Amino acid sequence: MAIDSNSLTVLSYFSGLSVAELEVIKQSFFEKTIQRGEMIFLEEEPADILFFLISGIVKLFKTSAQGKEQIISLARPYEVLNDISIFDNGPNPMSAQAMSTVTLYGIKKGRLEVILRQHPQVSSRIIQVLATRTRQLISLVEDLSFKHVIGRVAKILLEHTGDGAGPGQRLTQQEMAAMAGTAREVVARSLKAMEERGLIRLERHRIVISDKNALQEMINQEV
Amino acid sequence: MIQMPEINQDKCNLCGLCIEICRCGAIILVGNIVSFIEIEECHWCTLCEAICPTGALTCSFEIIIEER
Ligand code: SF4
Ligand code: SF4
Repeated sequence: MAIDSNSLTVLSYFSGLSVAELEVIKQSFFEKTIQRGEMIFLEEEPADILFFLISGIVKLFKTSAQGKEQIISLARPYEVLNDISIFDNGPNPMSAQAMSTVTLYGIKKGRLEVILRQHPQVSSRIIQVLATRTRQLISLVEDLSFKHVIGRVAKILLEHTGDGAGPGQRLTQQEMAAMAGTAREVVARSLKAMEERGLIRLERHRIVISDKNALQEMINQEV
Repeated sequence: MIQMPEINQDKCNLCGLCIEICRCGAIILVGNIVSFIEIEECHWCTLCEAICPTGALTCSFEIIIEER
């Protein structure tokens, strides 16, 4: 399949480049189709090709020593997937798996370096993209490392309980995240941690609090 | 009746990402409208809510205290 320069314009790396410039740049790209469930790259492996997601959804995640998966993000079309390892020459910091049929545009590191030399404005765009991501990651680190988020989520749960008889108040993970002032991923992780400790049970569209006192203690500890 | 995630059609931009991510085929396009089929295979993974770029899709949880 031919590379579509319209798709390249949408990539934040290349915004602002002229049609003529994109026509030249697109020669360095190739297209790749991946089926749902297939891995695109693995954590800790070296990276030689920079991938952009053109269509479909990609899960970026880390796996703990115990084999537990932590989703870092679900990438949507036109996001870059592995710039960190391409630019710091290190191994992939996370794995990537196709969550649907996925179309990728790939470019070899060497070819990218040539483009960067010829079009310095692409470098400034890349710096901007990396800086934005660093900012997002800093706030994620803050939320993950300071224990109080889990306490805040526990408080939200206790403040929104119904008795199970009638239609109680309903909350989405997105809403809990907004209330706790954190990212949706952090709420998902907090809920999982509470479930593992036996404090709650996640059922289909229900969160059942099985140990109210322990949740209350969790809140008190944080204050 | 099987409860399914909800969609606010006014916010939906028909990007189709929810349809792509759902593993059980519960989300379909009927004409120009994203719709849910009531199926038990939907185990409330909430991935459709997570991927929706406009916040049109919601998988809400009822929070209850277990009777002891
Ligand atoms: S919650 Fe999961 S299984 Fe249910 S409709 Fe959404 S994506 Fe599909
Ligand atoms: S992901 Fe959201 S905006 Fe896109 S089609 Fe589904 S409901 Fe609509």
